[in-house]
Amino acid sequence: MTALHTPTPAPARGNPDPAPRRVGFTQRLSRWDVKLAPYLYISPFFILFALVGAFPLVYTAYVSVHEWNLLGGQGEFVGLQNFTDVLGQAIFWKSVGNTFSIFVLSAAPQLALAITIAAVLDQNLRAATFWRMGVLVPYVVAPVAVSLIFGRMFADQYGLINAILGGIGLDPVGWHSDRFASHVAIATIVNFRWTGYNALILLAAMQAVPRELYEAAVIDGAGRLRQFFSVTVPQIRATMVFVVITATIGGMQIFDEVRMYDPIGLGGPSRNWMTTVLYLYDVAWGNQKNFGRAAAVAWLLFLLIVCIGLINFYLTSRISAADGDRSAVSRRRTQALIAQAQAKARAGSQAEAPTAPLPTHPATPPDEGPPDQAPPSPGRTTRSTTDSEDGGRG
Amino acid sequence: MTTRTRIFWATTSIAAMTALAACGGGDSGSDSEDTGTTGSGDGGEEITLTVATFNQFGYTDEMLDRYEEEHPGITVELTTADSSEDARTNLTTKIAAGGEGLADIEGIEVDWLPELMQYPDLFTDLSDPELEGRWVDWKVAQATTPDGRLLGYGTDIGPEGICYRQDLFEAAGLPTDPAEVAELLGGDDATWEDYFAAGRDFVANSDAAWYDGAQATYQGMVNQLESAYEDAGTGDALDLSTNTAVRDLYDQVLSASVDDGLSAGLEQWSADWDAAFQNDGFATMLCPAWMTGPVEERAGGVDGWNLADVFPGGGGNWGGSFLTVPASGANTEAATELAAWLTHPEQQTEAFGNAGTFPSQIEAQASDEVQSATNEFFNDAPIGEIFTSRAEAIDVVPFKGANYFSIHQAVQNAVLRVDVTGEQDADSSWESAVEEFNGLGLM
Repeated sequence: MTALHTPTPAPARGNPDPAPRRVGFTQRLSRWDVKLAPYLYISPFFILFALVGAFPLVYTAYVSVHEWNLLGGQGEFVGLQNFTDVLGQAIFWKSVGNTFSIFVLSAAPQLALAITIAAVLDQNLRAATFWRMGVLVPYVVAPVAVSLIFGRMFADQYGLINAILGGIGLDPVGWHSDRFASHVAIATIVNFRWTGYNALILLAAMQAVPRELYEAAVIDGAGRLRQFFSVTVPQIRATMVFVVITATIGGMQIFDEVRMYDPIGLGGPSRNWMTTVLYLYDVAWGNQKNFGRAAAVAWLLFLLIVCIGLINFYLTSRISAADGDRSAVSRRRTQALIAQAQAKARAGSQAEAPTAPLPTHPATPPDEGPPDQAPPSPGRTTRSTTDSEDGGRG
Repeated sequence: MTTRTRIFWATTSIAAMTALAACGGGDSGSDSEDTGTTGSGDGGEEITLTVATFNQFGYTDEMLDRYEEEHPGITVELTTADSSEDARTNLTTKIAAGGEGLADIEGIEVDWLPELMQYPDLFTDLSDPELEGRWVDWKVAQATTPDGRLLGYGTDIGPEGICYRQDLFEAAGLPTDPAEVAELLGGDDATWEDYFAAGRDFVANSDAAWYDGAQATYQGMVNQLESAYEDAGTGDALDLSTNTAVRDLYDQVLSASVDDGLSAGLEQWSADWDAAFQNDGFATMLCPAWMTGPVEERAGGVDGWNLADVFPGGGGNWGGSFLTVPASGANTEAATELAAWLTHPEQQTEAFGNAGTFPSQIEAQASDEVQSATNEFFNDAPIGEIFTSRAEAIDVVPFKGANYFSIHQAVQNAVLRVDVTGEQDADSSWESAVEEFNGLGLM
């Protein structure tokens, strides 16, 4: 017992080193806990992302600069040859054109429809959950099944839609012979699937709009339409940006619908509805089995999506700039107003002035207040410049 | 700053280690599984052989049970893909991944052979002197590489006859009896011109078209050319712009289809094609043995279908499958034995009874079961007898090299543009096909 006891008092008695070290370690542990733990908590996502997102991206770049056959495997290093080959293919450019056309034809009506449906669902409906779930049903159905059904409806000779058109005395539409008509048909299939999904996201955003705003609008005499455009739309702009961006990414990657649109599934005899992803598939798994070129297509598509995404982001933030501008202007205006008020206050009573700059200028040390006060007009100019700098930084 | 970077690196290294650990875990797991299988295989105790097929090969559990009884210690598992396209993607993707996850026996369709023939080392050489003479010669030739390796054992073939609607024939004043129809279409030395001439008589007296589409008809015609798009000797592509043999067929089928109005303008397997069976869209079509199933599926309730023992331009084969043994498998020897057993005439005769896949084995074709087979839907047509006679008429083995399907697709697209979508006339569509061919970069 004594033998066991002896070491314990020893550090406590004379040696000052161990005790602080032990405390230091626990401190360090708790510091790690504070600083490291959050990164650990979010690490699973980033590990997964590195494995299934970043690695394939980098590896695709590696494949794209090699000759690479699906069955034969890796070949020689060819530099950017695959990229120049792909860019020189007329079908690649046609596929990009088709992708854009189908994307525009699907994204625009889809968003318009989704926001309308969301606005309707946002009202006090009976069995609201039923209706809200109802719009999600098309999203749950497998895209291939949807495409099969729509494929029958859009058939040229015996299709339902052409039969209806014939019934009301219109000429049948060549859903598989006219390029634009085929894009409309495919966009319809895409819209059927995604409108409800987007409507739900927009609905969630609409529900978060403070009801007081509507009450205020009603008191101001705004009708339903005016409420929608002046309250709802500005309030859900952030969500709309999100929906537009995801719709862009999805629209650039349309595959199932076009693959199932005709029996061969390669965009028809003239490649009239071959999208870029379908072209990629054909290059990699079709007759060419050229993984190198397919990887080049994948990277070109990636760059294209990034470009379109940026343009979209710019446009949507431009469109929603009314919102941003207003806050920027109002901030600047309030600051200007405060500055004016301060000046007035200073002119009126010297005693109140030192406290005035504090709320607008938390960074300014209080000691610097007094020298500012002495000359009123130069003080105002310096303040306003720093104000605007702050506003710019914020 | 420094603390932040350190934390960043600490996090990253932890992440990396976790990732590595996860990978390592996965690898060791599959390793142990692998060694498990090989270990038991070496011991000769228990082997599981997997057989991957698609659509309907006609193999049943009873057949496999019988094999298991005869070969104690062997368990056979059969997987079936829904479509041959799925099976093809599955096969090529797994080969690309180094053979991991492939079945011991993989069923393949004749259409994929050209691309697989370029890499014969991926498959076990199945040539076996004992099995010589089991199949019709051209079936074996299809799967044999230039240096004599046999990549697959033949299962079924697709000898082509002519399916026709006897009720529509009657309404148009044509004979309805199969023998008379065969004679009408030219008999033993029928030509495509005979077939089209009969069609012109028919469409003059009927609302229906003569055949479903130019694409399918062209398919039948081009399968009779010995070397359609490529030089059979060197395997090099022939210049499409000067390929008169193909151009002649192209012009012939399109002038019959569009100018004479014989075609219903349908693309095979499209929704319109499906619907046309129920709408009296056309009166005849080229019918490989396996096509009787799809026709019955789509034309249920229509009772006028029959089958004539005739085919224009000599016999023709369309499709057919093989069983291959991927070289990466753990039990290639046992798998080869099973593949040989499955393609034995006895089993293939049984498979014909199960799924209507016409056997490629000479003995199986001659068997009573096949010879006496009839098809109720086709008004009790003696399909066994007819397709045997059709198989005998096949005298050309078309050469299909590595680029066959790329070029064929370009020409098929040209045919579709004229016959189905009507975007272009025959000449300008041919020009587009030549352009597409030049884009392949084969010359």
